[in-house]
This record gives sequence, C-alpha cells and structure tokens, in this order.
Amino acid sequence: LKAKFSVALALAASFVLPVSAFAQKKPHIIVVTHGQVSDSFWLVVKNGVEQAAKDSGSEVEYRAPEKFDKKLGCLMHVGQEEYVAGKGAGERMKAQGVTKAVCINQEVGNAGLDARAKGFKDGLGGDVEILAVGMDFTQSRNAFAGYLQKNPNIEGILALGPTGSEPALQALQQAGKVGKVKFGTFDLSPTVLQALDKKEMDFAIDQQQFLQGYLPVIFLSNYIKYGLLIATNSIPTGPGFVTPENAKQVIELSKKGIR
Amino acid sequence: MAALRKLLVRPELGAVTAAIGVFVFFSIVAGSRGFLTTQGTANYLEVAAAHGILAVSVALLMIAGEFDLSIGSMIGAAGMIIAIPVTKFGWPPWLAILVAFAFSLVVGYFNGWLVVKTRLPSFIITLASLYLLRGFTFGLTIALLNYTRASGMGAFLSGDPLVAIFSGAPLGLKISIWWWLGLTVVLGWVLFRTPYGNWIFAAGGDALAARNVGVPVARVKISLFMLTAATATLLATTQVIDTGSTDVLRGELAELEAIASAVIGGNLLTGGYGSVFGASIGALILGMVQQGIFYTNIDTNWFKAVLGAMLLAAVLLNNYLRQRALRSR
Repeated sequence: LKAKFSVALALAASFVLPVSAFAQKKPHIIVVTHGQVSDSFWLVVKNGVEQAAKDSGSEVEYRAPEKFDKKLGCLMHVGQEEYVAGKGAGERMKAQGVTKAVCINQEVGNAGLDARAKGFKDGLGGDVEILAVGMDFTQSRNAFAGYLQKNPNIEGILALGPTGSEPALQALQQAGKVGKVKFGTFDLSPTVLQALDKKEMDFAIDQQQFLQGYLPVIFLSNYIKYGLLIATNSIPTGPGFVTPENAKQVIELSKKGIR
Repeated sequence: MAALRKLLVRPELGAVTAAIGVFVFFSIVAGSRGFLTTQGTANYLEVAAAHGILAVSVALLMIAGEFDLSIGSMIGAAGMIIAIPVTKFGWPPWLAILVAFAFSLVVGYFNGWLVVKTRLPSFIITLASLYLLRGFTFGLTIALLNYTRASGMGAFLSGDPLVAIFSGAPLGLKISIWWWLGLTVVLGWVLFRTPYGNWIFAAGGDALAARNVGVPVARVKISLFMLTAATATLLATTQVIDTGSTDVLRGELAELEAIASAVIGGNLLTGGYGSVFGASIGALILGMVQQGIFYTNIDTNWFKAVLGAMLLAAVLLNNYLRQRALRSR
C-alpha cells in the first residue's frame, strides 16, 4: 500500500526540472498516489505533503489518478513494508500467548492489506483465520458478532484498519468480551485511540504516514534545488506501536491531522 | 382453487419461496453454529432492515417507473448533516435530525422535478445526484473536520426528545427493524388500498394514459423521489445513533442493494408491477445471505461469489414461478 505510494511519489518527481537548471523558480513537485483523500489515512499523508510544501517553498500538486501509465525512475522508498509490519503484529501477539487468532480484512484483494495479513499469519505462527468483511459498519459489526458466536475460543484479533476494527470493537462490547481477547489494529482513528486509552484495545500499528507525505517532498525539493540527496534508498517510517501507555499524546497530534 | 390461483399470481410468491429456501439452507449448514439463536436472528434482521427501509420506498418508485441511484450518497450526506453539527457545533440532536430530513426532502424534490421537467431517464439524473451528494459530503466534511469520520455522537444523545424514536431495541430487536416493519405495513397499505397507490401503478404502467385519465403523474413521481430520499435519511439517522459515528463513505452501493431487494421481491425494472411486501422479503433474503455466510464454514473470501450465486438463484426462481403462475391464469 504505502510502498507503492512512495515509489510513485519518487517517480512523479523525477519528471520535474533537471537538476542542472538550479531552479530560479520554485520546485514543482507532483505527488501521485493511489489513495483517495476520502480515506482518513491519506488525509494525514496529504497534510504532511502540504506542510512540506510550506517548509520547503515548493509548489506541490496532489493527484490520485485512476490509471498509472507513466514509467519513470525511482530514487528512494519512504514508507512501511506491509509484510514486515504484519509480521511484527503477529510476533507481538505470539509473545502475549495467543495461538488462535482471527484477522479482519475489510478489503480482500487490496495487495497491501493482503500482505499485512500474510505477515501476521507468519509472525504468529499459530492458527490464523482471515475474515473478509465489507466496508459497511452495521454489516461488518454483525458479521463479526456472528463470527464470535461461532468461535468463542478466539484468543486474538487483528484488524487491518479502522474500517474493520471499529465495528469489531462494538461487537466485542456487545458480547461482553472486551479485554478478554487480545485486540490490535493497523492504523489510527479517534475511536481507536480512545479505545487504546481505555485499554479496550491492546495496540495499534502506526506507520507515521505524515512523514511519508512530508519527507519525500523535502528530499525532492532539495534534490531539485541543490542536487542533494541522502545516501540511502529506503527510509522506514514504521511499524510503530501505539499502546494504552502512549495513547494520550497521540490523541493530541491526531486532532491536528498529524497522526 | 380460486384462492390458490390468487396466491400464485402475487408478485411476492417467488420471493417468499426463495426466502424459505435460504432460511432452510442456513439452518441446515449453520443452525448449530448460532444462525438460529436469538442473537443470530437479530443480527441478520438488522442488516435486512437496512436494505428493507430503503427497498420499500424504492419499490414504490420503481413501480412508478423511476429509479433513485442517489439514496446511498444521501445516507452519507444525512449522516454528516446530523453528526457534524452535533459533535462539532453543539447543536441539539433533534435540530440536526430535522435539518437532515428537510434537506433530503429538498434533494428528493429536486431529483423528481428534474426528471419530470426534462423527461431524461431518472437513472441519469440521479446518477448525477449520486456523485454530487457524495462529492459535497467529502469536500465539506474534510473542510470542516479535516478528517473523514465523525464520531463521539454517543455523548450527546441522552434526553433528546427526537432521538428516542430512532434508537433502542424494543423486545430485543434494533429500532431499525421496527421502522422497516412499520414502513412495510404503511406503504403496502398505501399501494394497495388507496387512490394514491393506484396512481403509482398507473404512472409506471403508462404515464400518458394515466395523465389522460387525470392522474397527477408529476406529483406522484416527485413525491416518491422525496420519499426515497427521506427513507435514506431515516436509515442514516438510526445508524448514526446506533453506531455513534459516521464516515463519508457510509451508504456506498446501498442504492444497488435496495434495487436488488426490490427486484428479488418481484418488482419489475420496467415499472407498473410489483409490491412493497415483496421488496421487504427481498431485503430479508439479502440480509440473511450477507450475514448467514459468517455462521457457516464457507471461506469468507468467497463471500461475493456466494452472494451473487444466491441472488441469481433467487431471481431465477422468482421469474420461473411468476411465469408459471401467469400462464396458469
């Protein structure tokens, strides 16, 4: 998911002015992503892009086209390896003693989410079932309630995003099972953060996507202006874990669209 | 025999048979895993209610010969019209709910008026409304909240005079289920027992002939577009109150599920024929299939394939039974 985004970002920028021009005018950077701004995740990325545009004095366009038909070079990857992050979640649950878990996937077929799920399966090493739910809140919540009825012995739950974890949280609340099952999610939302703060959830995997929008624009503007580029081709921004211990700080930043 | 024949030519016969078939299927495959429990039943009824609240009004509109593709977007818009003023600006919920309903009536009037005035297919007019409403919901929500989800409604709801009729679970069934049943009865009565119901059939059967005998076709159609938009808002209201949150994508594709429910229930895409009760049975089938699969051991990756196959089976059965019934007349 994010890997693709970052590559695309580097791609997009390389058809800006050649370095030798030493830009008299502002660097012009086009951010190309496959993420709709309607998704709260991408909104934070976009906030990062906009902040970087301000800080670096660049002109930045944010585009989410339907088709990708340009082939360009790639300078660097800034982001999170989905598989690695999923594996981290699996290992974390394994360390908490979970052997039988369910992974809630709200968008089967999304390569990034599927990689997270595969990583989780490999990291946990135990019995993991993938539960494909939809995007509708009520349907998703009731489907998970049904799953809980059918599988009362489940020990761990990993949702691949807030679209899956918020309905799952309500289903757990209705079944009186909050706190009795290890419950983690990918990505943050206000509801997820409150649940972490109340210890209704155990962890959320945050990939600090603000930096995924911010850093590439800063790097590229320096590259365009001065030909400067840092000497690595991969900068991981995650996975980081938000837990009940640090949830409060994150809540403040989340209100500002930074996390 | 006459009574039996009368039963056989009813539009909802195929749907009722299909519903029984689906119920028996899941009772056998998943009965021991919770499908037949009270909670399992309440679960799929709630999902069916979400389709049904829309489908009963969509059925009337389809019988009158029109479509409304904008109701899914209307759900998203209405949810935000309620959630944002309450959570961000401190409005009392009753005021936000009234504003949402008023807005939906205006949108419905506008859809209907455009269809009647321009004589363009309602499919196209309401497709435009689908994008317009969703686009404005995206744009305004992000401009106001800098986020795509509004949550935390729960803290504002207690003691509000209007919230009571959109929340709770009398007799263990969510309020949306009761609204669904109530609407089915009321709209079913309107369709089959009132002059207005006759006008609906007439408008969809042959609008010109209907106009010539004095049926106010334009008024009937416009009022039905207002009804579909209002039921979308009703659904959005119960969902925002029940879940405490909403997001800009809420209700996406709900318009197609409502049309699917109506068609499974024996309503014709071409208008002039159908029933409210049938649409409700169609919604029940859709809800049972959508939730039932989670009680089975079928791999949920196959969810959409199973859903499609069962829908096709239901429609084919429905069609077969109706044709046999009509031939026997």
